[in-house]
Amino acid sequence: MKLDHILVRYGELALKGKNRSAFENKLKENIIHALKGHPTARTKKTYGRILVEINEEDPDELIAKLKHVFGISSLSFALKVPNDVEEMKAGALQAFHEAGGNPKTLKIKARRAYKHFPIGSEQLAPEIGAHVLRNTEGVGVDLKNPDVLIQVEVREQGTYISYGKIEAVGGLPLGTSGKVLLMLSGGIDSPVAGYKLMRRGTKVEAIHFHTPPYTNERARQKVEDLTQILATYGGTIRLHVVPFTEMQIAMKEHIPSQYMMTVMRRMMMRIAERIAEREDILAIGNGENLGQVASQTLESMNAINEVTTLPILRPLLSDDKQEVIDVAHSIGTYETSILPHEDCCTVFAPTDAKTKPKREKVSAIESSFQFSDLVEDAVTRTETLAITRENKRDQKMDELL
Amino acid sequence: MVYLDNSATTKPYQQVVETFQEAVNQYYANPSSLHHLGKEAEALLHKARTAIGDWVGAEASEIIFTSGGTEGNNLAIKGIAMQYAQRGKHLITTKVEHPSVKEPFVFLEQLGFDVTYLPVDEEGRVSLQAVKEAVRKDTILVSIMSVNNELGTLQPIEEIGNYLKSRTTTHFHVDHVQGVGKRKIPTKIDGVDLCTISAHKFHGLKGTGLLYVRKGLDLAPLLHGGAHEQGWRSGTENVAGAVAMAKALRLTLTQAKEDPLYLEHLKQRLLTELQLIDGVVVNTPATNSAPHIVNISIPGLKPEVLVQSLTDNGIHVSTKSACSTKLFEPSPVLMAAGLGEELASSAIRISLSFLNRPEEIETFIDTLKQSLRELRQVMGETTT
Repeated sequence: MKLDHILVRYGELALKGKNRSAFENKLKENIIHALKGHPTARTKKTYGRILVEINEEDPDELIAKLKHVFGISSLSFALKVPNDVEEMKAGALQAFHEAGGNPKTLKIKARRAYKHFPIGSEQLAPEIGAHVLRNTEGVGVDLKNPDVLIQVEVREQGTYISYGKIEAVGGLPLGTSGKVLLMLSGGIDSPVAGYKLMRRGTKVEAIHFHTPPYTNERARQKVEDLTQILATYGGTIRLHVVPFTEMQIAMKEHIPSQYMMTVMRRMMMRIAERIAEREDILAIGNGENLGQVASQTLESMNAINEVTTLPILRPLLSDDKQEVIDVAHSIGTYETSILPHEDCCTVFAPTDAKTKPKREKVSAIESSFQFSDLVEDAVTRTETLAITRENKRDQKMDELL
Repeated sequence: MVYLDNSATTKPYQQVVETFQEAVNQYYANPSSLHHLGKEAEALLHKARTAIGDWVGAEASEIIFTSGGTEGNNLAIKGIAMQYAQRGKHLITTKVEHPSVKEPFVFLEQLGFDVTYLPVDEEGRVSLQAVKEAVRKDTILVSIMSVNNELGTLQPIEEIGNYLKSRTTTHFHVDHVQGVGKRKIPTKIDGVDLCTISAHKFHGLKGTGLLYVRKGLDLAPLLHGGAHEQGWRSGTENVAGAVAMAKALRLTLTQAKEDPLYLEHLKQRLLTELQLIDGVVVNTPATNSAPHIVNISIPGLKPEVLVQSLTDNGIHVSTKSACSTKLFEPSPVLMAAGLGEELASSAIRISLSFLNRPEEIETFIDTLKQSLRELRQVMGETTT
């Protein structure tokens, strides 16, 4: 007898009423995708639960992967036994031994979802608990704060016995909340914003403004690398690389330097909106944070927002910088984000940017030059890459190692 | 041909050579160059570093690529001594270290450092007690090899690391050049701050190696220049060499994992046969020794003569360690172990690798017996 299942819990999903089944199916699909490298692992859906049969796989590796699947709130190791009290007792004892860490106190929590089972939960728990106590030394019961909590769940098909609770990432299953176009600069914030959006179930496509030769190949590579890291959480991610040099040069000619930043953001927003429309994307996302730098004051956001009617999602809006950095570390984008490659914002950044631009003033300044053709041109010349967890270049290099 | 001098160097694996060839042809650009090719080379180097980090249980930033064991040992020892000299000038090592450890310490003594050379027991092993007694308030470095290159003795690295881990100003360097694939890489041991590895000892290429430097530690560089390898080791990176090392490490550790007792079985077979030959004294400790080194002495016989006779018959073994064979004097390692001048000046070392087959052991034993018979006849000795 062995705890040969992983029990997947998904708190928030259970609240979703009649969409529930669709959510569960999506989650199951995502789990299967996440466990692709583990051919003998089997993912099954039962009522209110997803179970992963471990079979030949390394349980810790499975847990490590499942912890990052959006929508999963927690995980436990579990064992399935027939609906028989003796089997349940033996299973609970096994679970107690497997829990490890030399536990001194125990709690059994029983739940009888299958009402035809003759013994009620209030009777089942003490009976199973007594069996564990009889077969161990120096272990007591603690109903408030036990070292090991064993859950016994009686269902029609059998009883699941599980212990422990491994916290997972939470959120909603990827692909259950539409698609967002993420403005990805290469800094610390935007990948974190993308991650947070994906954690809420949205698929993400990324858009990056590239200014060759003023920004080099590495700056672009960095963005591709960041996209690839995000792809480890979000499956394949499409990256739209917008050639922005011509626009940048035209702006430099026509726009006073204090307004350069605001106008540039507005141009980016216009291009992003066009791409979003083309790709059936309903919102734009970015890593903006209120009041952090010149372009992110409320006045600035107000002036930039004017050019689009799409919702702009700013998941980092109210985060402190350190919180963002912490997430960047935990999702593995930080090290890449801090590589010192110029992006278009730093190359063309004026030192005297207005921190409180006025909409009317910006509009007036913008109208001094014909930008719509440049927007159009940038959209048509945009290059779209599909970036997966593993790309060909990486595979080729990995074969050498 | 039977090659039994794997502690001197190993034959590179064919896949390692192929990897090197492909990497050097395709990723020849300078990783510091900004163009596409440079970027590719940089990406590959980073991958090699990460892969090696994964294998040895370190972060990529803790791996410094070097030209091999001698450089790694020099960088660790002089680098720590120079960097932290203001904290103290006392250094500890043992009497049985490889010259690439011993000589930097001798050099540092000339610069005013105080070095304690710990004694060893008759198996060539240093004791935790000796380390404890030698450590002082101003000790900034302890450097001890993990596997002795002449005797194969395993040093108590775990115990010493465990003792030193609480001493924040005493850094611990482990020369693991002889240990890869034979003993757990010490980077994961608490208390180990620096660890030297050389690729050609595990079927990689000469001129490649690494020094593990635990995060948070600083080193004074030996080579100043363009601040490569985080400023600790300047010089355009040997991308193909690093990639080949990653490959060699992977192949070796995989083999060691799949067949952990392969070398030990060969060694036991060898020892069983050797013990039956008259006049052969086994110097390698019976327990707590590496699975690939067997050191024997044949008193009364010049080892150079025996090595010559064996090599004429297609068997390649070593006297002492290969890098110091030009010095015709008793082995300082065996002398330090108190084995006496007779044994210390008549030792030969047989060292194995995963490429050796059991039947090669038989061939070696037969040839050895034959050689001994001939040599003893010529030299007027009789076999009893």
